[in-house]
Amino acid sequence: MAALIPEIAYEEMQGGIPQVEGDPQRRRRPRLRYWRGIVLFLAGAYFLIPLYAGLKFSFENDAGRFSLYAVKAIPSQTGFSAAFFLSLRLAATTTVLTMVLMVPTATYVHLKLPKMRRVLDFVTILPIVIPPIVLILGVLEAAPLWLRASPYLLSLVYVILALPFVYRSLDAGLSAIDLKTLVEASRSLGGKWVGTLWHVILPNLRAAMLSATVLTIALVLGEFTMASLDLWTTLPVWIYQFSQLDAHIATAVSMLSLIGTWVLLTVIVSVDRSQSRRTRRRTGAL
Amino acid sequence: MSQAGGADLPRQALLKDLPRGVWPTLAMAPFVIYTFLGLGIPTLAVVELAFRSEAGKLTLSNLHTVTQGTYRLGFENSIVLATITAIVPGILGLILAYAIQTGHSGLLRRLVATASGVLANFGGINLTFIFIATLGSTGVLTVWLSYIHLNPWNFGFNLYSFMGVAVVYCYFQIPLMVLVITPALGGLRPSWREASENLGASSFNYWRTVGIPVLAPSVLGGMLLLFGSGFAAYATADTLTAGTVTLAPIQIGEVLNGNVISGEEHIGYAIGFGMLIVLSITMILYGLVRRRASRWLR
Amino acid sequence: MTTTQNTSPIVDSFLQDLPVAGAQVELDRLVRVFGQTRALDGLSLTIERGEFVALLGPSGCGKTTALRVLAGFERLDSGRVVVNGQDLARVSAQHRDMGMVFQSYSLFPNMNALNNVAYGLRMRKQGSRQRRKKAGELLELVGLADQASKYPHQMSGGQQQRVALARALAIEPRVLLLDEPLSALDAKVRAELRDQIRSLQQRLAITTVFVTHDQEEALSMADRVCVMKSGRIEQTATPATLYSRPATAFVAEFVGVSSRVPVERAGDEVLVFGQQCPVRGGAGATWDSIDVLLRPEDVAIETNPDGKGFVTHRSFLGATTRLVVQVGEIAVRVDVRSEVAADIELGNHVSLRVISRDVLVAPRVGNDLSAAS
Repeated sequence: MAALIPEIAYEEMQGGIPQVEGDPQRRRRPRLRYWRGIVLFLAGAYFLIPLYAGLKFSFENDAGRFSLYAVKAIPSQTGFSAAFFLSLRLAATTTVLTMVLMVPTATYVHLKLPKMRRVLDFVTILPIVIPPIVLILGVLEAAPLWLRASPYLLSLVYVILALPFVYRSLDAGLSAIDLKTLVEASRSLGGKWVGTLWHVILPNLRAAMLSATVLTIALVLGEFTMASLDLWTTLPVWIYQFSQLDAHIATAVSMLSLIGTWVLLTVIVSVDRSQSRRTRRRTGAL
Repeated sequence: MSQAGGADLPRQALLKDLPRGVWPTLAMAPFVIYTFLGLGIPTLAVVELAFRSEAGKLTLSNLHTVTQGTYRLGFENSIVLATITAIVPGILGLILAYAIQTGHSGLLRRLVATASGVLANFGGINLTFIFIATLGSTGVLTVWLSYIHLNPWNFGFNLYSFMGVAVVYCYFQIPLMVLVITPALGGLRPSWREASENLGASSFNYWRTVGIPVLAPSVLGGMLLLFGSGFAAYATADTLTAGTVTLAPIQIGEVLNGNVISGEEHIGYAIGFGMLIVLSITMILYGLVRRRASRWLR
Repeated sequence: MTTTQNTSPIVDSFLQDLPVAGAQVELDRLVRVFGQTRALDGLSLTIERGEFVALLGPSGCGKTTALRVLAGFERLDSGRVVVNGQDLARVSAQHRDMGMVFQSYSLFPNMNALNNVAYGLRMRKQGSRQRRKKAGELLELVGLADQASKYPHQMSGGQQQRVALARALAIEPRVLLLDEPLSALDAKVRAELRDQIRSLQQRLAITTVFVTHDQEEALSMADRVCVMKSGRIEQTATPATLYSRPATAFVAEFVGVSSRVPVERAGDEVLVFGQQCPVRGGAGATWDSIDVLLRPEDVAIETNPDGKGFVTHRSFLGATTRLVVQVGEIAVRVDVRSEVAADIELGNHVSLRVISRDVLVAPRVGNDLSAAS
């Protein structure tokens, strides 16, 4: 699963898209423009055609004609609601656990233990070296029986998978708000630690937390490897199993989850952008 | 502040009296413990069990088995797959990223950044389904191509094979490369281009002497990431080929599902161990390459 | 730190081998429009062989655009660039034979100093040994012979710019272009490099165009300075002329310090601090209201309990002290010798007297948009 690797890339791109230096009205070489157009066109085609195909297939019946039967039939299929709600429960649990674990940790490290940041960075790279397929191998062996009997074992492991980008999101959010100064200001005005956390840190971290939450949810809703091998029927597992019965319905659910993820990610990117714009204006930085 | 009542003071005084290392340790404890339990222990389990037989004795026979026969083939295939889907999408991603970067449209760039983020994170099974719908024997693209007598299936293409998996992997590998290489491209200063032009270099010469050498570490780094990504991926390969393709992750899956010769249950751990080695080497190389890249591009 | 006043035999022989490098440059009514803004608005300028011309102005005035047009990095909407009689319209930047030094970070990061300097020669297909020798000589010329194998990221900003200069000179360009090369450096390094660039240029007699927003730089280095504003040249003159006889209010206020004082007419002359002064160039006859632009050294000051002005600030500048005198609503800056200033204190009432032989006038601010700097 590519899920974890992009987080390294996000780190390189922190702060958004790098602006190209120099005069934007530079002389364009005409040859370059044609070539660019072709490349972009081909790329667009390559990425859009499968999406179109998926959608088309979701809206077709076996005779190849347009039909909404697949979409309409989704809720009533055996096991769908169970799988869907299981996935939701797992997503919720994972998100809460990750936030409870990482927000204080990331904040503390940022404030008091800058040296630990390197360690944290390293730890968040580890899930790339230890991919889900290998991780689940170890988990299934090492976990006690009573845990293995519960689907929430998956939640606990998903937290590990989510660590890299949750940490990076939070770290970026913390870096953007000059945390130290805010905390010192709050403390010098008489605030105690808990109050400071609640009234000062958390509100400023909202966008980063939102972004991290959405990424976690997307991760859990799409995770197949570990769930299938742990033998729990989460949504992705259900989709795969069901595809033997009716490919149209399975594809339709898959497309829905895809679209849902994309919508969520777009939302957080724009929230994130307006947040950083506001911060930049406020502090006059950058 | 002086309103803090007498009730508070003793507690604060107590906290301050704790020896220096205690607070930080306490604060980091949850994270450390969780990571150890959730990541450390399973990994250690895999490593340890790779060296144990079913009876529990220390042995190298698992590793021995894994370097031969079908498991060796699994590793080889995985490495070949990872390499192919590192190099080809790597180059394509570089070209695409360059095409995007040299356009001065901020909108396009934002769009691509979001899209890349999404596509690179595609859940394995979603990819499977849309590609079956596209390039399956009755897929949309297959049908279109057959109108112009270019039906890939007639030329030996099979979506449900190694080949198909490679094609499908490009769908998330290319965006991944775009994500990784875009900052490096942004680090290519226009003044370098202009200086080289000013000193008499043609476009070709600029790329040959400056552009490519400066980008090379970042491109290599990106490809290493792509390698790791392609090597470790499971979901798409498994669902696309119903586990029929010989790849290391798939073989681990087979072991976990019980489809393994009895007496060889610990093979799975040995395969896992092998994967850990490959991936560790990859990430170490990545770290080295990145350091070089950042020296030149900052 | 070595300056280029060294007389090493290698350097001298190198300089002897150099052909006369200066070319004559003519910029003829250059126009360049970006969207709504006219970055260059009919700019014309002739630069003689071996001359050092500075393009000076605030940001956005078009000085960098003009330089880039000359280098071939910007195209023109209309106008011509002519070098030694040859119109460069069809000549790409690659073939213009000009050496350019950029503001910062223009050294190729993947090459050491020597290879950076040798780059232009490599592009001209010179042999390897010959290149290295020439590059070595140039590095010696800029005092960095010992840095030859260092990479850009291992060098300071000042060192990088000196390498960049050597690199530009390596190709024996007929014109040397410098785009604010000192702006990114700190003050001390800037001052040293200023001298180095100027003395190098004089020895090599290369036609040089130097873009800057720092008037001190321009005035101290150039043979002639063009003050630019909004894509046009306000005045082209020697530094001394520019300072003492600014042609427009903009130049007077941009170059050096001046105080703007509203005055009344007195026939052909104007009344400044109750004193009648002739108007420079006889200008302003047709204006409604007039301001006068006074340099701090054009005004004399003496304590006078009945004086209309009083001292509000003093800045010790070394040999002189600058006093700010409030006269009504106007603040007038006056320079006096520091020993004299010792007797004048804040709050003292003073009277002012113009001691230059004439005064520069401008339309009163608020009536004429272009008078506002």
